[in-house]
Amino acid sequence: MPEKSASNLVAEPQSPPKIRSPKRPAGTLYRGNEGMWSWVLHRITGVSIYFFLLVHILDTALVRVSPDAYNIVIDSYKTPLMGLAEIGLVAAIGFHAINGLRIILIDFWAFGAKHQRTLFWVVIGIWLVLLAGFIPRQLMHVFGG
Amino acid sequence: MSTAVADKKPAAAEEIPTFTATLIIRRFDPDVDEEPRWEDFDVELYATDRVLDALHKIKWEQDGSLTFRRSCAHGICGSDAMRINGRNRLACKTLIKDLDITKPIYVEAIKGLPLEKDLIVDMEPFFDSYKEINPFLMAGATKGGKERKQSPVERARFDDTTKCILCAACTSSCPVFWTDGQYFGPAAIVNAHRFIFDSRDEGSQVRLDILNDKEGVWRCRTTFNCTDACPRGIQVTQAIAEVKQAIIKGKP
Repeated sequence: MPEKSASNLVAEPQSPPKIRSPKRPAGTLYRGNEGMWSWVLHRITGVSIYFFLLVHILDTALVRVSPDAYNIVIDSYKTPLMGLAEIGLVAAIGFHAINGLRIILIDFWAFGAKHQRTLFWVVIGIWLVLLAGFIPRQLMHVFGG
Repeated sequence: MSTAVADKKPAAAEEIPTFTATLIIRRFDPDVDEEPRWEDFDVELYATDRVLDALHKIKWEQDGSLTFRRSCAHGICGSDAMRINGRNRLACKTLIKDLDITKPIYVEAIKGLPLEKDLIVDMEPFFDSYKEINPFLMAGATKGGKERKQSPVERARFDDTTKCILCAACTSSCPVFWTDGQYFGPAAIVNAHRFIFDSRDEGSQVRLDILNDKEGVWRCRTTFNCTDACPRGIQVTQAIAEVKQAIIKGKP
């Protein structure tokens, strides 16, 4: 920030010195590589899983309050919309789990740090295989009746 | 190569081909601007020119108010780290011809440190965390009062992290550092690594304790932005991982 010169120490009532705290201007996007985007995905999936678990603990705890209320809530999950949301849930947990193993390898194995980019695509590969196995079955389950 | 070319008399010096590149620079004048603004410049350049030469041409020929830091201009002083096309690079080590000149070249200040003017940021928070890790040899008197001996193998252990020039390209590429300025940042950890794994140093336990802090190495999320940004090719994330392991083991 510009330093106020000594002349400003003399009182100038008509024009108070404009002192602004250094503000952080709005940022622009950093173009990171696989490592950064895997971290972004890891964070997004992690937060989503956290909120899912929150709801999941609440609806499971409901059985202690009232079994009828529990049944109503569980029945409301048996809609096609929730069936599709379950695909998102499995995708999020799958990525978070496999990428978590990648991060462990990076932290504890020099080979992992050196080949993190390859490992990221291995993670994506395993994840896609997982989804390829799950999504058709889930869609049959939801829409097959 | 044919020898026929060598027989001919060299023709008069040919005009060295030039090309025009467009630079879009994120300008910020704290006295005038509320927010930074993008400004375009067309510059005539040679194939041997670097981004720093383009900035010089703009400053010397088009707009003298363009503000940026540079000192040695040869990748040693670490003054001119900036974001070029969205990635942290040294302007003096980035050749224009290596960038895609059919598109404009975006140049902006490094991220996460307070922006002062144009491409200049306040580096004090960066150097503060560097100072905190005791970046100097901590050792008592030598045995016998002579030199501290070190084998080539022991020297090689920390060779990679001796190359740091403190340009802040790594620290300001770190997503954790952008949102949490308290994090030590890759550069400080790299320079701690340089002494932690130095066989002559006796203060590694002190440094490991400092970095075992909440804002220490455990904030690293292994995004590898720092390794990609480092103009000296230091395996930064690898070095951080080694410090993490040293903390777990309790010794380097």
